[in-house]
Amino acid sequence: MKILVCISNVPDTTSKINFTNDSKAFDKNGVQFIINPNDEFGLTRAVWFQQKQKAEVTVVTVGDLSCEPILRKCLAIGADKAIRIDLNPTDGFQVAQQLSFLCKEENYDLIIAGRESIDYNGAMVPGMLSALMGYNFVTNCVVLEIKDNFAKVSREIDGGIETVSCQLPLVIGAQKGLVEEKDLIIPNMRGIMQARQKSLTVLPAIESDVKSVITKFEKPAPKGAVKMVDPNQIDQLIDLLHKDARVI
Amino acid sequence: MSILIYTESENGMFKKSALELASYARAIADKLRVELIAVSFNHKDHQTLGAYGVERVVQISDPSLENFTALTYAENLASVALANQVNLVVLSSSANAKYLAPLLAVSLSAGYASNVIGLPESFDYLTVKRSCFTNKAYNTCVLDNDINILGLSTNSFGINENHKEILVEDKSANLTKTNFEVERIEKSSGQVSIADADIVVSGGRGLKGPENWHLIEDLASTLGAATACSKPVSDMGWRPHSEHVGQTGKPVASNLYIAIGVSGAIQHLAGINSSKVKLVINSDPEAPFFKAADYGVVGDAFEVVPELIEKLKAFKS
Repeated sequence: MKILVCISNVPDTTSKINFTNDSKAFDKNGVQFIINPNDEFGLTRAVWFQQKQKAEVTVVTVGDLSCEPILRKCLAIGADKAIRIDLNPTDGFQVAQQLSFLCKEENYDLIIAGRESIDYNGAMVPGMLSALMGYNFVTNCVVLEIKDNFAKVSREIDGGIETVSCQLPLVIGAQKGLVEEKDLIIPNMRGIMQARQKSLTVLPAIESDVKSVITKFEKPAPKGAVKMVDPNQIDQLIDLLHKDARVI
Repeated sequence: MSILIYTESENGMFKKSALELASYARAIADKLRVELIAVSFNHKDHQTLGAYGVERVVQISDPSLENFTALTYAENLASVALANQVNLVVLSSSANAKYLAPLLAVSLSAGYASNVIGLPESFDYLTVKRSCFTNKAYNTCVLDNDINILGLSTNSFGINENHKEILVEDKSANLTKTNFEVERIEKSSGQVSIADADIVVSGGRGLKGPENWHLIEDLASTLGAATACSKPVSDMGWRPHSEHVGQTGKPVASNLYIAIGVSGAIQHLAGINSSKVKLVINSDPEAPFFKAADYGVVGDAFEVVPELIEKLKAFKS
């Protein structure tokens, strides 16, 4: 089984979010970048398939040179090889299209991407990739089992879980639950050393389309001060929620 | 030119998000003077949609559409869009709508912006504001395509009545053969889902253990609220992952979010930022959550919450 895991390079979850002075780009100054957490859940599951079912795991990102450290980290976690498609993408469709060019060459059986990146939150790349490839697709995936050419997949729905079965090839939108937090692999020294020997191929981008352009970023307006209520004045709290906030 | 919305229903009722979608799309249709068309699957209650501004509903009914499948639903929406010269499709932010949106976008060669938080700023080149960085920021995004799809953030526009004479059109389903089969759906019975809840009650490590969760559950049932939890609580297995709200969990966009014994890590705050009103109950006056709260109570959850439940019951009756 050939697995492709699509990786996004995102600011650490604890980062303060700031933008450049012209408000046109994210300010990367002093920000540490990590593997998008939803992608990392997917990568961890892919490495499980590699260990238990002899799958071959390739990781890919669409990005510039600055994305290579996280690809090396993916290799240290256990991926067999890495590909960087050399393009600083404008939107999610462009990423999906770039990935589809690779998938058409390589015929992966299973493609895993995070359900969304925690920076742009577009939630479109895995779905668009599946549609461009004509593959099956399940997002918000919390269980993934594969036997021969069949997948059994559960996804989180509003207020429950839905389980589907389908044939490969399949695209998955991964999220927490697919593996547990404790299953995430912290690279050890051996993994880090091995990662240096593994292949990281840079592919030139193929001409692709853009469907949306970001023109401006902004931060939410600062919020008003908190109203503190004495714990012995619960009646007052209820009154505030009812009359002031009008939420009960 | 016309606007298309996908109106989702559950248990024979349109979802609240469907009515919000109708209200939102009505406002755009008025501005552009174009028709607003709704598509509903296996659901025949057109009067409700008419009350929220829909002029025409295309009802697609087929026993095989009983279970949602993203691809089939997207194909059917695409065929209605193409048959009616639709150039704007508006979807909700439900799990199913977010699932099919990218499929529909490819099928219509459309642009797609998710998490849109208000009416478009311009229509010459469709310009919308959307949330990003898990609600820590917004971006303005221009979609210059023949057809565009917007995903409206839950609870960002509100529901407005606007009665229209509604035209009903029945359409047979497009059913492509697939090897994709829904085997089973397990719904947590009797509970409000976080996505649909007006009020969410959330517990953190301050509750000391899963055995104390009756406090959260009792308060939630008193308010008709959904229950949620912080990341450490779900990581320790006190509560299921499906209740974890925050950056890597679920987003919450309720009217009222009550956090009990949750310190307020930046990742948690990001996930609940689009809730309208936040009440924080915590014994630690230094808890960072108070800075993000609208109302705060510094006190012991084991004393404050039972009293709150009792007084809320009195208030409700």
